[in-house]
Order: sequence, then C-alpha cells, then structure tokens
Amino acid sequence: MNIKHSFLDAFVAAILATIVFGPIMGIVLDGYSFNLDVPRVAIIVGIIFVGRFVFQLTISTQGGRDFFQQFEKGRAGSIEVTDPGIKTVLAKAIPFIMLAAAILPFFIGKYWITILILAYIYILLGLGLNIVVGLAGLLDLGFVAFYAIGAYGLALGSEYLGIGFWIALPMSAILAASFGAILGFPVLRMHGDYLAIVTLGFGEIIRLVLNNWSAFTHGPNGASAPPATLFNLEFKRTAAEGYTPFHEFFNIDYNSTHRYIFIYLLVLIAVAFALRLKHRLVKMPIGRAWEALRENEIACRSLGMNHVTIKLSAFMMGAAIAGVAGVFFAAKDGFVNPASFSFIESALILAIVVLGGLGSTVGVVIAALLVILIPEVMREFSEYRYLVFGLLMVIMMIIRPRGLITIKRDRKFSTKGEGAVVETKQGEGAA
Amino acid sequence: MSKNILTIDKLSMRFGGILALDNVSFEVEKGSITALIGPNGAGKTTVFNCITGFYKATSGALTLHTRQEPTSINKVLGQPFQLDDIFKPRQLASRIFYKMFGGTHRVNMAGLARTFQNIQLFNDLTVIENLQIAQHNTVNKSLFAGVFNTKAFKESEQASIDRAYELLEVFNLTADANRLAGEMSYGQQRRLEIARAICTNPEMIALDEPAAGLNPNETEALAKMIQMLRTEFKMTVMLIEHDMGMVMKVSDFIIVLDHGEVIAKGTPDEILNNPKVIAAYLGVDDDEVAA
Amino acid sequence: MDSLAIILQQLVNGLTLGSVYGLIAIGYTMVYGIIGMINFAHGDLYMVSAYLTAIFLALLSFFGIDSLPVVLFLTLLGTMAITGVYGWVIERVAYRPLRNSTRLAPLISAIGISFVLQEYVRINQGSNDQGIPALLFGAVRVPVGNDFFQITYSQILIIVVSLLGMGLLTYVIQKTELGRQCRATQMDRKMSGILGIHTDRIISTVFVIGAAMGAVAGVLVTLNYGSFNFSSGFIIGIKAFTAAVLGGIGSLPGAMLGGIVLGMAESLFSGLVNTDYKDVFAFGLLVTVMIFKPSGLLGKPAVEKV
Ligand SMILES: Nc1ncnc2c1ncn2[C@@H]1O[C@H](COP(=O)(O)OP(=O)(O)OP(=O)(O)O)[C@@H](O)[C@H]1O
Ligand SMILES: [Mg+2]
Repeated sequence: MNIKHSFLDAFVAAILATIVFGPIMGIVLDGYSFNLDVPRVAIIVGIIFVGRFVFQLTISTQGGRDFFQQFEKGRAGSIEVTDPGIKTVLAKAIPFIMLAAAILPFFIGKYWITILILAYIYILLGLGLNIVVGLAGLLDLGFVAFYAIGAYGLALGSEYLGIGFWIALPMSAILAASFGAILGFPVLRMHGDYLAIVTLGFGEIIRLVLNNWSAFTHGPNGASAPPATLFNLEFKRTAAEGYTPFHEFFNIDYNSTHRYIFIYLLVLIAVAFALRLKHRLVKMPIGRAWEALRENEIACRSLGMNHVTIKLSAFMMGAAIAGVAGVFFAAKDGFVNPASFSFIESALILAIVVLGGLGSTVGVVIAALLVILIPEVMREFSEYRYLVFGLLMVIMMIIRPRGLITIKRDRKFSTKGEGAVVETKQGEGAA
Repeated sequence: MSKNILTIDKLSMRFGGILALDNVSFEVEKGSITALIGPNGAGKTTVFNCITGFYKATSGALTLHTRQEPTSINKVLGQPFQLDDIFKPRQLASRIFYKMFGGTHRVNMAGLARTFQNIQLFNDLTVIENLQIAQHNTVNKSLFAGVFNTKAFKESEQASIDRAYELLEVFNLTADANRLAGEMSYGQQRRLEIARAICTNPEMIALDEPAAGLNPNETEALAKMIQMLRTEFKMTVMLIEHDMGMVMKVSDFIIVLDHGEVIAKGTPDEILNNPKVIAAYLGVDDDEVAA
Repeated sequence: MDSLAIILQQLVNGLTLGSVYGLIAIGYTMVYGIIGMINFAHGDLYMVSAYLTAIFLALLSFFGIDSLPVVLFLTLLGTMAITGVYGWVIERVAYRPLRNSTRLAPLISAIGISFVLQEYVRINQGSNDQGIPALLFGAVRVPVGNDFFQITYSQILIIVVSLLGMGLLTYVIQKTELGRQCRATQMDRKMSGILGIHTDRIISTVFVIGAAMGAVAGVLVTLNYGSFNFSSGFIIGIKAFTAAVLGGIGSLPGAMLGGIVLGMAESLFSGLVNTDYKDVFAFGLLVTVMIFKPSGLLGKPAVEKV
C-alpha cells in the first residue's frame, strides 16, 4: 500500500476534475450574466478524488491488482468451440417467449402496445445494424437514412403511386438496399473509418433533403402514411372505397386498439424472421465471409474474395432490414416527418448494438427493449438517458469490446467422423 | 501454350522516394520450384505483393498463364483510363468492369495463391472455418438454400468440411481441426496458411519465407511438403527463403534480388558459384558481423 | 446588386468560414495522422469552448475588466487552456485504454464521448440557445463598381488569429524538438518508441494541441456570431472533418487549405445557388472527394504495407 502516492494521484485527478467540471457545471450562463453553483462541482470533484484514491490504493495491493486483471482477461474476449446442435436453455425457451409476446397485446392497453411496437422496431433496427457493425465490422453511422427511406417509401409511395402497406414492405426494402448499394459500392473499398463519416454525411443529406424538398416530401410538416391492411380489411371506423372495415367484416364493435394489435403482431413476425435470418446467416458462407473480413481483410483478398461486394452485401442486407423497420414505423403512426430521422437516432441504434455486445443477437434484443422501455418506466431517467448511453458505450469498449457474451463457434466433423477424435482423446486424458 | 506460368517484364515499384524494384524481369516455368532470394530489404516481398495484386506495379507487365489462358495482372487490378478508350468500346467496357469488380482477389481466382511473411490467419475462427472461407468461391452461396438449410446446401457445406479435412491430413493438422487458429503454434500456423492457400485450387503458389521461425526438424518436414505440392498437387511453387540449405535442396531455379534489381538467375549450382551473389551476400554478412 | 460584389462578398465570408474549418480540422488531421483514429468528439470540444468563451466573458465583465484587448486575450487564453485539458482528459480516459483493442473500439468510444459532452453541457447549461453581447462593431467597405462588399472587424479578427495560430503551429511542428518527435511518432510509432520518444506523451500533446486549436475556433466564431447551443459542434465538426479529408488527412497544411477551399465553395454555393442545400453540398463534396481522391489535395497516397 502506498498512501502517499495514491493521495498525490487522487489530488491531481481532483485538480483536473475541477478544471473540467468547474466552469460548465459551476458557472451556469443566464443571459449575459451567470449563476454560481459551487456545491455540485464540489460533489463531483469529491467523488472523483475519493474514487481515484480508493482505486489507486486497491491496485497497489496484490488482491486489488488481481481483481482488475480479470477485466483485462475479459477484454481479450472469450471464444469457445462447442458441439453443434446443443441447445441452450434460451434457445429452447424461444418458442414460448414468442407465444407469450404474441398474446401479450390482448392484455395491455393501447399505450403500452405502441411502446412495445416501437421497441420491436428498434429490435429490427438493432438486428439490421448488428449485421453491418457486429458481423461485418463496418461502422455505419447513417443507418437512420435507410430507416427514413423505408418510412417515406410507404408515405410517399402511397401518395404518388397509390401503393399500400403490403407492396411498400418489399419495395422499401429493395429501395433502401439500392441506396445502400449506390452509397456503399464506391465507399466500401476505402479505409474502414472513412465509411463511418461518409455514412454519417449520407444520413444528414437524406434528412436535409426530406426537410427542404417540400414540393415532394412536404418538408418539416411531414407526410401521412396509410395503415396496414389485413387482406383488404381496413382497421378504421369507416373504410375507404373498395375496402371493408375489419370490425364490420367480423361483426364486432369498432375498437381503435385493433389496429395497433395488428401492427404489433406484424412487427413481432418480422422480428422472428430477422432473428431466424441472423441465426442462419452466421452458419452460411456469406456470414462466414463477413466475419472473415472483419478479422483480416488482407487474408480474404488473398483467398479470392471480393471484399467490396462481400461488404456491400452486409451493408445492403442491413439497409433492407432498416427499410422494413421504416415501413412499420410509418404504418404505426400513420405519419412521418424528418425530425424522426436525425443523427441521434442512428446513434441510439448504434448504442443498442454496442450495449448488446457487438455481434450478439440476444444482447441486441435485450438492449433494444431496455433502451426503449426504461425511459418509459422511469420518467426521470429519460433526461439522463443519452448521457448514460454515452458513458456505457465508452465503458463497454474499455472493458468488453467484443461484447458481454462468450462467442460460440461450432465444432465441425468430416463425414468420416474426424474432428470428434480430439474430443475423446481429451476426455481420456482428463479421466 | 507457353511453358512459363508467370512472366514478369520490366517490373518497377516506387514508394514515394524509394525505388523498391527497378526493372525486374524473370519467368517462372510451369511445374518448377523457383526460389527468390536476396538480402533483407532487397524487395522480394514487394515482388510477391506485385504479382499477387496487393500492390499495383508502378510500371511493367505481369502475365499469368493459368487456366489455359493468359491473364494480365495489370488489367485485372484495374487500370486508369486511356485516351484511345473512346474509340475502343470493348476496351473501355473491360476497363470499367475491372475498375468496379477487379482487384487482388482476381489474381487468386486466376490461379495464383500465396502466403505471407507475417502470417495472416483468421485467428478467432477455427482451423476448419479458416479452410472453409478459402473455399468461398466454390461453395453453395445461395441465400435461399442457406436460410432454409436445403439438402443441397448441407451437402455443399459438408463437402467443404471434408475437403478441409483432406488437406489437414496432408499437413498433419487433423488433431487441431476444431481449435482456434490463433491458439496454434507458429509452425502449425505456417502449415495452416499453406493448406488454406491450397483450398483455393491454385495452379501456382507463392510462399513468403515459409521456414522462418521453424526449427530444423520442422524445416525438414516443410521441405518435403513443398516438394509434395509439386508432385501431388501438380502446382508450380515460388518461394522466398533465407534458409539456403532448404533453398538449394528444393529449388530448380533461383532468382537473386539485390537493391530491387535481379543480379543473377539460374540453377542452384550456377547461383552458388556466381561472384555477384557471393558479393551481395558477403556484404550483408560483413555488416551483420560488425553489428 | 453587382454580381461581382456578391461573389467577392461570398469569398470573404468563405475565407472567414474556411479559417474556422481549418482550425478545427487541425485537431482531426493531427489525431488521425498519429493514431489513425477519427476523433468523433472533436466537434463537441469546439462546442464546449463556445460555452467557455461566454463564461469567461461573463466572469471578466463581472470582475469589471472591460478593456477589449485584455478581455479578448484572457478569454482566448483561458478557453484554450481549459479545452486543452478536456482534450488531455478525454484521451487519457476514453482512448488510451483502447490502444490495442479492436479496430472499431476507439471510434465507438469517441461517439460515446461525443454524446457525453453534449448531454453534459445540455444538462448543466440548459438546451436553449446561449449568446454573448456583441463586442466588435464596424466593418471595412470596399467599393466594387457602383456597389461594395464589406469585411467586418470580427471577420478580420478571425482571419488574422487563424493565420497566426496556424503559423505558430506550423513553426512548432517543423522547427522544434517537440514537433520533430510528433512527426517521428506519426511516421512510425513503434520505432519512435524504441528510439526513446515517449509516444504516449506525444499522443497526449497532439490531443491537447488539437483541442486548443478547436478552442481558438470556438472563441472566434462565438465572438462573430454570438449564439450557440449544446449541439453546435455536430455539423461544424463534420464539415471540419470534410476539410481535413479534402486537404489530405494527416497533413497540417492540407487541413488549412482544405478548410479554406471548403469554406469558399460552401459560401459561393449558398450565395449563388441555394442556402437550404449548403450542408448537402458540403457533405456531397465529402463523399465525392473520398471516392475520387481519397488522399485529398495535399496528402500522399499511401500503399498499405502487406
Ligand atoms: N507499402 C510500402 N510502403 C513504403 N515502402 C515499402 C512498402 N513495402 C515495401 N517497402 C520498402 O521496399 C523495400 C523492400 O522491401 P521488401 O519487404 O520487399 O523486402 P524483402 O526483400 O522482402 O526483405 P525481407 O527479407 O526483410 O523480408 C524496403 O525498403 C521497404 O521499406
Ligand atoms: Mg520480405
């Protein structure tokens, strides 16, 4: 233990904290003058001083060093090779979870249904971005642009082309993927980090165009989007020409909640599809190629793989999923405007992917639910949520850059059964 | 059909102010084992990087004669537009095509595979997966088949696994099939890298210092494997190597590079007695002794 | 109005804007040059420095110091110093632990820091626009034909201080021991370490320099435009990054040149074509440069070593 050294170190940290937190926290601008708020500066400086002091004392002991060494190991990330086909408890539970999710909307009010729809849309977005960032290792900061293209695809498609929800769904996916291709093709051959900035710029371009091209998009006022229909049945009190309202067809009372339950179920199905897709992709050559590119691009090129088109496929796949999510978003609200597609949205989706643990499916689902639901449950939290997300992103990168969950890789056997041999040998050795 | 599998004509490579290769010309005969030797920094790896498409040569023509047709390496990497393209629509179309879809991977697809001086594996993937990735261009990539896990898809996947095991057998790595590539010993990693290159079904393979960091026994075994590449896999082998014993033993031809220039070519015996080569190497030895 | 006068006016505005882009671009370009990372939070440091400017002005007037040169000098110095500390702390806390991590980790961490800075300022200072009183009045009018264009004193201040700052920095990088160590570390960090340069210290220094240069921009812009809020750093940050890429990322003169070219192009575009789409134009330029000339105006095309 080295108290003097720890104290000095903590003292320096406290001085730095005073410089950093003092002006912005302590001197609050009020017109051209200011109000002092010294106590909160004192509190935070105090916390930092004590925290740093305790930390330094701890790591000056052997036990403390060991404790922090654990994190060092975690940082390296753990990968396990396991037999294929072993189902985890979670995998077994998935059908039940899905079933429970499917009957849930019949027991909760409209308010919670809409919030859950939003949460599921974010799961979709998270899964889409996870393919791009988590699997292929491409940082896409303009993901929201594809989401916007999907949403406006429905709104403007119905306005100008008269298409409905069901046509818009595949069309928006294709449209978003095409935009992804046009943007990605030239950009993906460049150094990785540039992609982040170019996509960021692209996201802003799309938003600005939606905002400024009023003649086409109605600018900041937004555009209305048609709701989803069930085989030409509309979820309205009185249907448009040529359509029948859902409640008349089934001879039940009109209830505006039906519309939301319907969209809820549709989004749930989409989430199930996306989960299945992700599950399969990692076992397919294309998913393997994405991971390979993330690991070592030079090796990939030397093996005859076109890194541009392989990255592009991930980029387009992610864009298509975002496009679909956008259609659901527009159909849910019946209305879209550019304000919903600002950079903060892209960053939120990225936060979901990062907090869930890059590449982890379960993590993304949980993170999306938490990110959307916690601010609803704890109102006070919503004021601080972006601050907390930002801090968590930094902390995640420092302690577990590869995500929280152990990565599992499948063991593979030849037709003759080779590969299994090692296992028995090890088993014998242990016995 | 040419008896040479690779012709290099007046290859030069410049990095800013450094002229790393200066008018290098040589041929590699089909079915041969050809060694490229020279002191450190002579430009050997740079030659490999040019012929395998990692660097675009500053000037010079590189041609592969594989898969029954000549392939211009310069062309498949994508070349700048020329004025006369306007009058030759086909030439223009081909240039646009290779600008869009050309690149390093085309060289491998044409039948030239390589390994690296500093090993380039997918460290966090298993050995089998490393070998499966190398078969990317031959497996069933249909999205539909993969997502619905059809019979054809399963067969294609199993076939790629079986092929991987065949090669692991050859390179004596079967026991490590399901380990992570990054966990293996250095010698094993070197062998895996060669096996992985072979998975792409090349006609020629370029090995950059395959014996570096191996002990004498491993080097001995490696020499046998290199000879086997020719006898069993019918491949042309080109290698960079500092281990002279091994070079003299396995190679049919030797090309000596010094300061970016070819200073000698010939059979091992001719090279051994070439005064220029001796000078180049002794010069380096002197420095090393002094250091 | 005389169209020549309009063009000249836009060029003056562009030069002003461009000097600011150039100052901020220095932070991007130096950090990218030395550790190959886009410091996503750099634009937000600029925003913090705008708040610090207002805070310093308010404090100085509270203490009754009202000689304009003294006020400007103290504000500039104080803001640079504090923003520099921000740069140092951020590097130390959020980037240094990630030196040997995955490729995406520092970038994601930087995005996290960008969030944190914006929210930290918003929560403490409120989300409304803030402002400072106008301090510099007047302009020089230059007649053109029977029309004129003008350069305000604050524009002159921006251009002069930017040029001085850039000149000083160029001197430091080219002529001093510290600059030599910076350049060596940029060329080959490992080798520089072996040769006894404290590369970590050099990297920290680069962050401090970048932040301080961003702070100069923050002070100047705040003096000129007067108003700002917690998200002011976002757009200008991307633009400055565009300037860095345009000039050739990693190149110091490139950052200045890129800034001025971008500022002029943007001003001309908004003066002659359309103001609504000026940001679209700037981002479009970024994408175009990256596609057709990724090494920028003054950058050297590097061959990735295999
Ligand atoms: N991408 C690059 N950028 C700049 N210079 C390079 C690059 N690649 C190689 N060089 C330079 O080219 C010269 C030749 O290098 P090369 O790696 O080809 O040597 P080598 O013969 O393989 O040496 P060794 O036996 O040490 O592997 C060296 O001076 C090297 O610094
Ligand atoms: Mg070499």
